[in-house]
Amino acid sequence: MKRKYFAYPYIVWMILFIVVPMFFIFYYAFNVDGTWTFRKCWETLTDGQKWRVLLMSVEIAFGTTAICLLLGYPIAYILSNMKKTVAGFISVLFFVPMWMNFVLRTYAWRAILEYALPDMLGFKTTLTGTVGAVLMVLVYDFLPFMVMPLYNTLSKLDKSLLEASRDLGADGKKTFFRVVLPLSVPGIVSGVTMVFVPAITAFTVPALIGNGNYNLYGNEIEQAFKVLAGKGDYSIGSTMSIILLICVLISTAVMNHFDNDKEGGSIL
Amino acid sequence: MKKILCLVLAFVLLSAFAACKSTVEVDENTFADGDQYETIGGELNVLNWGEYIDPELIELFEAETGVKVNYIEMTSNEEMLIKLRSSDSPYDLCFPSDYIIEQMIREDMLQPLDMSKIPNAKNIDPKMTEITNIFDPGNKYSLPYMWGTVGILYNTTMVDEPVTSWGILWDEKYAGQIYMYDSLRDSIGITLKYLGYEMNTRSEEEVAAARDKLIEQAPLRKGWGTDDLRATMENGKAAMCVIYSGDAFCSMDAVEDLAYAVPDEGSNVWFDNVIIPKTAKNIEAAHAFINFLNDGNIAARNTEYIYYSTPNKAAMERLDTYFTENETYNPPQEVLDRCEIFHDLGDFTDVFTKAWSAIKSAN
Repeated sequence: MKRKYFAYPYIVWMILFIVVPMFFIFYYAFNVDGTWTFRKCWETLTDGQKWRVLLMSVEIAFGTTAICLLLGYPIAYILSNMKKTVAGFISVLFFVPMWMNFVLRTYAWRAILEYALPDMLGFKTTLTGTVGAVLMVLVYDFLPFMVMPLYNTLSKLDKSLLEASRDLGADGKKTFFRVVLPLSVPGIVSGVTMVFVPAITAFTVPALIGNGNYNLYGNEIEQAFKVLAGKGDYSIGSTMSIILLICVLISTAVMNHFDNDKEGGSIL
Repeated sequence: MKKILCLVLAFVLLSAFAACKSTVEVDENTFADGDQYETIGGELNVLNWGEYIDPELIELFEAETGVKVNYIEMTSNEEMLIKLRSSDSPYDLCFPSDYIIEQMIREDMLQPLDMSKIPNAKNIDPKMTEITNIFDPGNKYSLPYMWGTVGILYNTTMVDEPVTSWGILWDEKYAGQIYMYDSLRDSIGITLKYLGYEMNTRSEEEVAAARDKLIEQAPLRKGWGTDDLRATMENGKAAMCVIYSGDAFCSMDAVEDLAYAVPDEGSNVWFDNVIIPKTAKNIEAAHAFINFLNDGNIAARNTEYIYYSTPNKAAMERLDTYFTENETYNPPQEVLDRCEIFHDLGDFTDVFTKAWSAIKSAN
């Protein structure tokens, strides 16, 4: 009985920093100058411009996730087949950059793409402000989130299953696609979720690396708050936040669905 | 060997520290008007643009008055407005631009200035207060702090034709080498001017035309910038950008190849004025700080440090001809004649905001 008191700080934390802000977002989305209305909400929902930006955000998030998966899976696979000590050392190397602040790392990339790299290659212009640069820095930032869950899943894989597969006559390729890959789905799912969700909500990277050319949904929300809130109008930004929240919920639900299918198949 | 190195290092550090200290010491010549400041005490929360004051002046003011200054920076007028609107806004002093002051006066957010506490206000050029009079009738709520124009900063090694029109920003020759200023009023404003309209237009068709023109520019544009544009231009990473005159002058001072032009179609002349919001707490110290900034010597030191043009006549008399005869710093009358001041657009701001959002997300 007493043990539940230990949960109280966490509950207080959740209420203060998750429930209360959420309440404000919903409050401001539907409340304009003290009256409850759907007018502003509707205005946001029917604004084709904003949907186009959302579409681009989803595209960029998909791109980031796909590249992270394609790069991350081989890395995690190779790591999981190494000696534990070597693999541990290399995975620490993967995490070291993450000890530094995310915004600082993005600024560092900005300096690299704007000055260091073009000067080295003898380009006249900068490499920032392109969709490729934005994608690259996003991949750089989120790759560890893909590698780590994959590595955890793959290293826990029962090696006797692989031996059994070989015993039964499957070659390396077949073993990989019929045994390793299906068994690593939980790792793929959590990796994809951990990359897709921050990628779709990213706004520092497009702002700093994209030169303002590639405004994603996060930037659009910032813009809505920065420009409109000066007039006390929070409803457009709040509505957009809710839309983004729904996108995140949908993507998480889809991911969980995959996960459940493979493990139990009983739900849904 | 190590010991010697340590000693040398310690000595260097100490002397650097002493050098820092000495500039803050008050000497006879610090104040042009022989001002003696009384000790006021308390804290003063100042909200200002980035790199927009000589930081030593803050230390000097603190030493003179015993006021502890908390200096906070902002990046846009709109952001400042959000900060000042919050119910527990701590700010005693702020430096917004013309059209925002007009809006703040309309919304009754400002405290009238007590001119008897700002004797140095007499140093301000009457020609300047005549202009600021447009958005703050009688200069009741604000005094000009810095002013300037909006124009094009270009690299003469990449652009060898004279820059006389905003149209050069749409010239395909410079594709991928053009930066625009990431500010709603400025970017749409100059485009309106280019198309031959007024910057303070209230016509939806004209704003739509400017919007389409800026969307059409997207493939030529390298990006949008603000304070980072100076570094980009100084490092020769772009052929041209839209920028404020003060930043342009600062970059031209650092790199010879840069030049600044205010196009013939006309542009924006802007003022950043100092104001005291209604919510201010240390009003005494706020007035003392305004008076301090308007001292001839102090204003001259400040403008020499930040390169933005001062409206202070007493300071102008003290400045080197390097400043006063520079057309970027001190634009001739014919340039000012073709420049407009921004006005608060009231409800029409929505039209601008929508256009801006469409421009920023077009690719």
